[in-house]
Amino acid sequence: MTTVAVKPATMAQALTRALRDAMAADPTVHVMGEDVGALGGVFRVTDGLAKEFGEDRCTDTPLAEAGILGTAVGMAMYGLRPVVEMQFDAFAYPAFEQLISHVSRMRNRTRGRMPLPITVRVPYGGGIGGVEHHSDSSEAYYMATPGLHVVTPATVADAYGLLRQAIASDDPVVFLEPKRLYWAKDSWNPEHPTEVEPIGRAVVRRPGRSATLITYGPSVPVCLEAAEAARAEGWDLEVIDLRSLVPFDDETVCAAVRRTGRAVVVHESTGFGGPGGEIAARITERCFHHLEAPVLRVAGFDLPYPPPMLERHHLPGVDRILDAVARLQWEAEG
Amino acid sequence: MTVMEQRGAYRPSPPPAWQPRTDPAPLLPDAEPYRVLGTEAAAKADPDLLRRLYAQLVRGRRYNTQATALTKQGRLAVYPSSTGQEACQVAAALALQERDWLFPSYRDTLAVVARGVDPVEALTLLRGDWHSGYDPHTHRVAPLSTPLATQLPHAVGLAHAARLKGDDVVALALVGDGGTSEGDFHEALNFAAVWQAPVVFLVQNNGFAISVPLAKQTAAPSLAHKAVGYGMPGRLVDGNDAAAVHEVLSDAVRHARAGGGPTLVEAVTYRIDAHTNADDATRYRGDAEIAAWRAHDPIELLEAELTTRALIDAAAVEAARQDAEEMAADLRERMNRDPELDPMALFDHVYAETTAQLREQRALLQAELDAEQEYHGEQEGGAR
Repeated sequence: MTTVAVKPATMAQALTRALRDAMAADPTVHVMGEDVGALGGVFRVTDGLAKEFGEDRCTDTPLAEAGILGTAVGMAMYGLRPVVEMQFDAFAYPAFEQLISHVSRMRNRTRGRMPLPITVRVPYGGGIGGVEHHSDSSEAYYMATPGLHVVTPATVADAYGLLRQAIASDDPVVFLEPKRLYWAKDSWNPEHPTEVEPIGRAVVRRPGRSATLITYGPSVPVCLEAAEAARAEGWDLEVIDLRSLVPFDDETVCAAVRRTGRAVVVHESTGFGGPGGEIAARITERCFHHLEAPVLRVAGFDLPYPPPMLERHHLPGVDRILDAVARLQWEAEG
Repeated sequence: MTVMEQRGAYRPSPPPAWQPRTDPAPLLPDAEPYRVLGTEAAAKADPDLLRRLYAQLVRGRRYNTQATALTKQGRLAVYPSSTGQEACQVAAALALQERDWLFPSYRDTLAVVARGVDPVEALTLLRGDWHSGYDPHTHRVAPLSTPLATQLPHAVGLAHAARLKGDDVVALALVGDGGTSEGDFHEALNFAAVWQAPVVFLVQNNGFAISVPLAKQTAAPSLAHKAVGYGMPGRLVDGNDAAAVHEVLSDAVRHARAGGGPTLVEAVTYRIDAHTNADDATRYRGDAEIAAWRAHDPIELLEAELTTRALIDAAAVEAARQDAEEMAADLRERMNRDPELDPMALFDHVYAETTAQLREQRALLQAELDAEQEYHGEQEGGAR
């Protein structure tokens, strides 16, 4: 048997490789943020870039998120493609005004004359024992802002492929990196990274007939684990990885729900005002007559992200997902 | 006997040597705003430049009165007049080379027009037919920024990018006194100084942030003093003295272009009109204050200098007035035409590639417009 030497690689390594390849391919790509230079980022995602491309292309900025994103706007106006790092989810909040008042609307404001090809990398989500302000799931804020793409990988291949696409995009992309998957390994060949589906396309990670789990980012492996566990109950669960929250892939999601008639949306973000509400509404509007049960949500509780010693009670786990699936069955029988 | 006494006399180690990274003295602004008109320095000013400044001031004043009149006719949703501040805006535009960039705030339409932007396109935002009417690249003018001070980091980023590319481009960013309290002001100045970006910040201190006076805005000795903390020079200038503002800004632009880094310029001026046509300025300031500033009018200051030195005559003054009238007549005439709006264009510039969701919403609006047209068609048919 002949096999290509495909070593296990982590998501963090794939992201580094994507940045490096993007910078090598396009001299207008600039990486910037706090600690991205000599330190290589607190998660080491920008490791080695300053050494290889110089400090002008991988720049340690002053500690100021609005300033990082605001100066990136001016750099994009002058023809560069800035990739900014926000270090941690809740650290991005000072940059919200730049993101919402300028980054998201500059194309629209100028009738397409001034597009801003900026990638905003935001490590997000919990599960790593981070203290306050280090575990937020802020995707709903970004989703609510027209003009932004909101993307989040769950696999090593997607981490590479989606980041390359985000950097190449002529629109601003909020690139949400699930912190807890940074060290998750997968077999992946960095010399020949496989092509992945484009931004805006969801993929079926596991086909199934009983019900569809719709999820993204850090919850994808949890849902796959739940699907495995569900086999014991005789349930054949399908798992859809959204990959992109904006644009949203109604087609793939609705096709799946029409097949199974049952759907559970799973994410770490709060349920109230969270992405799951929007997704459930879209499914209900489009697939109502195919549904055997109401669309359920398994989400983080509606509370500020809990302290690390309690976060396991907050995060949607396998049991909570299976309970929801059980409720789907009950609803169908009842 | 204490533990320390047992070990002998306690001698704390001295801290590592410390010294300020920059001598703050050369960065400090003058105690008095710099002036040229009516002083000996005026003799050194270029007569052609003074005449050009004058023509632009007169046009600017007329633009302000015409635009304010258009708000009363309902042709503009709102207009923030810059009457009294014309010298700052005109000097801002004239201190730049063609390849340089201007980053205006919403009150800076005169600077935008003086850069060559069509006077009607400069008002698109305020008329309400689109957010930015002009192509920023054509005259290198960023869109008028409504949020305060948020355009300042853009100026820094653009100047930084230009320098990385090897272009000797300077960015000039305009902000008001109120804007200096915003976080983005701080972050922009700090980035600019750390990166030694070729950018000039011009604060038009017109006395008020809507109704809040400068004394309630800052406790700093002057806004120009803020520069020292960032490690860049601060300059204080009489904002109603067009020659002085032009000289100070030109110096700062030259300094930036030569690699000397950023400068913060505070122009002390006054907003003669209310914040906008929707504001009642009598609630927060008195007539005496306004009268004192009216006596220090930027147009009269420059006209007096030019007349005294026989650089213009009555005919030239009349010619400038006539030119401004023609500009106003053209502005009035074109603003009184209803803009042609295509509602479908709402969907054209959200993303490079329209999303499936926006395509659906586009179809919905199209159907609504078709139904509207059909209804109007039937109404007209019935009338016949």
